[in-house]
Amino acid sequence: MSLITTKDLSLGYDNYAIAENINFTVNAGDYLCIVGENGSGKTTLMKTLLHLKEPAAGTIEMGDGLKSNEIGYLPQQTIVQKDFPASVREIVISGCQSRMGLRPFYNKEEKKLANRSMERMGISDLAGRCYRELSGGQQQRVLLARAMCATQKILLLDEPTSGLDPVVTVEMYDLIKELNDDGITIIMVSHDIEAAINYASHILHIGDEVFFGTKYDYLNSKVGRLFLSRQEVI
Amino acid sequence: MLDKLILYFEYPMVRYALIVGVLIALCSSLLGVTLVLKRFSFIGDGLSHVAFGGIAIASVFNVSHEMYVVLPITVISAVLLLRTGQNTRIKGDAAIAMISVGALAFGYLLMNIFSTSSNLAGDVCSTLFGSMSILTLSLSDVVLCVVLSVFVLTVFVLFYNKIFAVTFDENFSRAVGTNASGYNLLIAIVIAIIIVLAMNLVGSLLISALVIFPALSAMRIFKSFLGVTVFSAILSVICALLGIIFSILAGTPTGSTIVAVDVAAFAICSIIGNLK
Repeated sequence: MSLITTKDLSLGYDNYAIAENINFTVNAGDYLCIVGENGSGKTTLMKTLLHLKEPAAGTIEMGDGLKSNEIGYLPQQTIVQKDFPASVREIVISGCQSRMGLRPFYNKEEKKLANRSMERMGISDLAGRCYRELSGGQQQRVLLARAMCATQKILLLDEPTSGLDPVVTVEMYDLIKELNDDGITIIMVSHDIEAAINYASHILHIGDEVFFGTKYDYLNSKVGRLFLSRQEVI
Repeated sequence: MLDKLILYFEYPMVRYALIVGVLIALCSSLLGVTLVLKRFSFIGDGLSHVAFGGIAIASVFNVSHEMYVVLPITVISAVLLLRTGQNTRIKGDAAIAMISVGALAFGYLLMNIFSTSSNLAGDVCSTLFGSMSILTLSLSDVVLCVVLSVFVLTVFVLFYNKIFAVTFDENFSRAVGTNASGYNLLIAIVIAIIIVLAMNLVGSLLISALVIFPALSAMRIFKSFLGVTVFSAILSVICALLGIIFSILAGTPTGSTIVAVDVAAFAICSIIGNLK
């Protein structure tokens, strides 16, 4: 069974629907990229998948033993975080918060998990550094390490490369690809259609027309070709 | 000077004042970091005005222990402010401004109309800026203060990691299933308690200073959340002690003296932070 299945999902605020009839499935190991014009509801879809927002209509089903709090999330950075006095270690381990329940402090296992995540992201040497003094790419790695503490199954990434320079952007995509190769399912919202085509296995295009399918089907579809020509990639 | 100080310490009232001062300084500094970072600095200010209104109501009805009236009113307002901040048309800052100025006006109005006191201006002034000295505390005030402080400290230590997580990234916390609204509510209630406590020490207009300054000072120097929290607690206690002792010796108003020391500490910390 698939990890996530949506049926006739509509997104919107109050009674106004931004996007309708979204049907897609995510299987373990997939790399799904969500693309679309600005304002088409990409970020809203993310929030709905994370249960931060109720769907306007339709359903989201979790399968394969995936619990709703087992989705690791890489949010876009907020203004608050830019000035936040916190060490890298403190932020990474906060990814373990859902494992704690009401227990007040982190245990040894969770500390080990945080160390492993930092190693995996190559930021062990930054553990004691202050988050706000890091470069944009390093900050993204910290937040990714935090997401890895929350789950080993599926990651939702919201514009993971916004604000990064081209070299760091490529590094970030390679890192995400490595995680995907290790068996972690990836769902990524991106403006960057080029990266979506390079790295993703499946594409969900939302907007006036909704498309869901493999990357190759998308490249041959009417929606896909129109969107790509407008983005001046082809 | 030392002789004078030792002489003063023989009075239980002076010792009460020091105990209460240290506890209040400790509690008020703890959540300062969270408030500053969540852009909630003004909630403290708004709530302190509400507490002023509460005191006016208590004095009109001749309630002997003002805290029993002021505490519930302030806690309820804190909860309401947090709710309005989230989902109504009146946004957070406007709601705070409305509630705080409204409560201030009503409080003063009530005091003016119903007051039996011969020195109304003096009463109002001491509620706003703290009494000339905090040497008027009774034993029951001290006990209540100790109980509330222990409650605040326990809650803060037990939920320290959750408060950090919710402050740093509320959306992430929600996404992994942490009850962020619940913790926000808890933070609001604790703030309300701290404000009611701190009114004894510095009066309702100066409370924000007690909450905000130690946190801002610590943020100039320290780089981890734990470091900032611990240092702001220590700094706040030291400033309060210095302020109280100075005010006793020099006969200055306690509240404003403490705040003046806090401001000076902030200036020093800023310089150290820039030098680094």
